[in-house]
Amino acid sequence: MNVRRLFLIFVPYLWLLALFLVPFLIVLKIALSDGALAIPPYIPTLDFSNGWEGIKTFFAGLDMENFIFLTEDELYWRAYLSSLQIAAISTAITLLVGYPIAYGMAKAPDEWRPTLMMLVILPFWTSFLIRVYSWMGILSQEGFLNQFLLWTGIINDPLTILNTNTAVYIGIVYTYLPFMILPIYAAIEKLDESLLEAAEDLGCSRMQAFWLVTIPLSKSGIIAGCFLVFIPALGEFVIPSVLGGSKTLMIGKVLWEEFFSNRDWPVASAVAVILLLILVIPIILFQRNEQKQRESEG
Amino acid sequence: MTRRFSWFNATSLTLGFTFLYLPMLILIIYSFNASKLVTVWAGFSTKWYGELLHNEAFLDAAWVTLKVAVLSSTFATVLGTMAAYVMVRGGRFRGRTLFSGMIYAPLVMPEVITGLSLLLLFIAIGLDRGVVTIVLAHTTFSMCYVSVVVSSRLVTFDRSLEEAALDLGCSPFDAFKSVTLPIIAPAVISGWLLAFTLSLDDLVIASFTSGPSSTTLPIKIFSAVRLGVSPEINALSTIMIAIVAIGVITASLVSKQAIARRQNEEQKALKQ
Repeated sequence: MNVRRLFLIFVPYLWLLALFLVPFLIVLKIALSDGALAIPPYIPTLDFSNGWEGIKTFFAGLDMENFIFLTEDELYWRAYLSSLQIAAISTAITLLVGYPIAYGMAKAPDEWRPTLMMLVILPFWTSFLIRVYSWMGILSQEGFLNQFLLWTGIINDPLTILNTNTAVYIGIVYTYLPFMILPIYAAIEKLDESLLEAAEDLGCSRMQAFWLVTIPLSKSGIIAGCFLVFIPALGEFVIPSVLGGSKTLMIGKVLWEEFFSNRDWPVASAVAVILLLILVIPIILFQRNEQKQRESEG
Repeated sequence: MTRRFSWFNATSLTLGFTFLYLPMLILIIYSFNASKLVTVWAGFSTKWYGELLHNEAFLDAAWVTLKVAVLSSTFATVLGTMAAYVMVRGGRFRGRTLFSGMIYAPLVMPEVITGLSLLLLFIAIGLDRGVVTIVLAHTTFSMCYVSVVVSSRLVTFDRSLEEAALDLGCSPFDAFKSVTLPIIAPAVISGWLLAFTLSLDDLVIASFTSGPSSTTLPIKIFSAVRLGVSPEINALSTIMIAIVAIGVITASLVSKQAIARRQNEEQKALKQ
């Protein structure tokens, strides 16, 4: 192995070890520590000056107390469950909204497609925070949606939408929609049109052909899109704190408050560790789906 | 085959894109509203833009954000390109699985966890929080995006070109500079742009890793937004949306031209 190759491997490797893996080990360690009124606010701290004794007392000081605390306090259970629920429901809505758009794009005239593609990607480059914020003016009591509905006479009293879970659903669907559209579009676009013609020749109606051919063949895109929405939605912080209310429980928000407001670092770290453990399952499933797709493409 | 829109597809596209763009459109229109009341139209005015220009706090934050974004996206592009090269061309080496794991994990890691873990690291090693720590944090997560973008380009690229350059007497570095780099350049540039926007955009990780003297624009916007809708934030958002739109549209036009030129040249070369 030559020096150049070693250098090329080592620089990014060391960077990631130092700024990704080590920080994560620190989180794990603090999750096993006890809170304390000190700076930094947890004990024990690793002290190498006492040699082996220091390391031994360090490990003796670690325990599962914070994790037991999380299982005992109902708040955390409810936060994890409601994050899962919010992420799952909004993923389903995003799929329902995104599929027809992706389908329409894939079936659009060829000369239209680059433009449509750019229209989907453009919001992705725009600030996430601004896109979430833009809904505040629409959903508030005297916002545009209420003004519009009152004007049409559908409702007589303004609806309360901002600062509820409904607003959080709208926010997630809106901001993550491009993540759902793009993989589904890619899957439908690859689909061989002659398969649909064959299905129709064999007596399927267009609707049947859609359910029996298009949907199954775009399954990998659907799965990829769902994971791309579900995984980030689960740990979301910005949307529940801008659009949600005090009753909106999402784990990203709980972690933030535990850390910044309660200054309980060990509990915040334990919350983070459990959130990651929950995320491992969908991430592995997502990777399997990607792998399978790559293999089927050769 | 020429296809036309069916009524169903046309409707779903119209509704879909209305949903995607209407909120931003309303925000842009109301940034020109003369009234302080954000939902009542009181005539056209650009006064909120003027006030923005005199708001020192926002200008300072914008400057910090820009510095962080330029520095971190440049570092991330260098590191990410190196990482992509190692992943695609590195062959086998000890710890390769861990390496690829560390490249992909930050892409799916919730921002709150990335932010928390980096903050705990900076405290553990006694590094004062400021521009430096935000740059380190942003470089780390955006280098992973860069390496994904660049490696997808490296995979499709014909290795024999590189080998030919080596056979013709280039040093490995020269071969990289004069053969590989020009070919992967579009991916490297889009990687840089991606890293740049990720950094401009980031609220959560910056909140964990910034110090009191290094507030970024998203942090500033977030604290203002929590108090409700304000015309000044609308004006600021409009400026940011405009910059992104102009940037993305220009980039796509330029790359379209570049592709057309290359195809043209390839055809000429084939004829000869």
